[in-house]
Amino acid sequence: MTPSYDNTYTMKERNVLIIGGGPAGMEAAHQLKQLGFNPIIVERNDKLGGHLAQWDRLFPTSETAEGLLERLKENIKDVEVRLNSRITNIEKNAETFHVTLSNNKNFDVDAVVICTGFDLFNAEKKQEYGYGIYDRVITNAELEEYFKTHNDKRIDEPQRIGFVHCVGSRDIKVNNTYCSKVCCATALKQACEIKDEFPDADVYCFYMDLRMFGKGYEDLYLKAQKDFDIKCVRGRVCEVSENIEGKLVIKAEDTLLGTPMKMTLDLLVLMCGMEKSKGADEIQKMLNIESNKDGFIENLGAFVGMNKTKEKGVFVAGACTSPKTLPDTIAEARSTAMEVYHYLCNN
Amino acid sequence: MIDFGFSISKSSHIQMDDVDLKTFKKLEALNPDINTCMSCGLCTATCSAGNFTDVSFRKIILMLQRGKDKEALQKVKRCMMCGKCMMICSRGINTRNILLSITRLYNEEEK
Ligand code: SF4
Ligand code: SF4
Ligand code: SF4
Repeated sequence: MTPSYDNTYTMKERNVLIIGGGPAGMEAAHQLKQLGFNPIIVERNDKLGGHLAQWDRLFPTSETAEGLLERLKENIKDVEVRLNSRITNIEKNAETFHVTLSNNKNFDVDAVVICTGFDLFNAEKKQEYGYGIYDRVITNAELEEYFKTHNDKRIDEPQRIGFVHCVGSRDIKVNNTYCSKVCCATALKQACEIKDEFPDADVYCFYMDLRMFGKGYEDLYLKAQKDFDIKCVRGRVCEVSENIEGKLVIKAEDTLLGTPMKMTLDLLVLMCGMEKSKGADEIQKMLNIESNKDGFIENLGAFVGMNKTKEKGVFVAGACTSPKTLPDTIAEARSTAMEVYHYLCNN
Repeated sequence: MIDFGFSISKSSHIQMDDVDLKTFKKLEALNPDINTCMSCGLCTATCSAGNFTDVSFRKIILMLQRGKDKEALQKVKRCMMCGKCMMICSRGINTRNILLSITRLYNEEEK
């Protein structure tokens, strides 16, 4: 039987609160608008885009982050967006939620979609890598910033460059035992890009497993090896120190050879993983939604319930529930919009 | 040297700063596919000589990359050039040709 909804009521009068204006929030809003609802994006920053707005190019295709962002924005040009806004209170009434913003504006919505995304792991917590202590230890986000601006004094004709995978991921010492999914592909993408800029440099990636699972990722791996001569070393960097010239000395085991190794580097890039955005904590408190063991928002199961939470009318999309790639995030935002549609039509 | 009854052991670390990769770079230039190995181990598992000796194509390449030329060449000596590793390699590396290049290049170096 095909489900049939009585769509005679005006969907336009049905508000959906979208918390967070990153890719998940923008795409969910776009789809909900298409379905006839009135989505309202609340974003705490002064612009849309989340991490995407900080990035230069995207794996595996190397297209610009800006291009994708513009497309996502174009799709929501008729959607109500409230920038520089924090949610100070959400109160659940019978079937609706009463939302109060930091500027004291308030309104009612029929459903809520949490799209609060992720924060990058704070690399200072892995003290043995010396981020914040040694000048030439930088993060994946800072390298991306450099690709955008070409303005970073620390990146000065490096001859030998290292990338450390899994920083803040797969590591019980920082209480993050999960894989962040995007950093293997990001590392190889950035390795190729920096090799492109400094063709004489030797570029090493220190990995434990290369998780190149998505469409085109394995091709990126092969391209990195073949066309860019990126050297992948299987082994985690255990410590970094600085020598008298201000260069970095790192230690790792080459586990494929079974021998510890040392080398001096001019630049070390830490592939910081994902953690749930700290901003989600207060939202979860307001909506009575727990975190899972990885610290992300708990959704209703791994298969068909991933768009929902245990609270009726509260949905999730994107990296707020677990690390996700951009295609994953966009696909999930679309499926969440469908869940919201079914929910609102049944209510 | 005076014998004080103890000695200092050499570090077991590979010090990459001291590794001379000149010959390896020549090998790379001749066989660009050499860097595409993904350490799956098929070459070693299938190796005809590997049943009886420690030949491992994967390890030979890795050792050359880490400056362990002598040990690598020791392994190459055991190879029978049967080409099975080339037939099976997941990355389609022309392993046999690389083994031949190694013999040629590194022996030239020794002269
Ligand atoms: S994607 Fe790769 S680098 Fe990132 S956490 Fe997973 S294995 Fe580590
Ligand atoms: S060519 Fe040499 S290394 Fe390759 S399978 Fe035959 S004996 Fe082993
Ligand atoms: S079969 Fe090919 S890819 Fe696999 S370890 Fe051997 S050389 Fe590397």
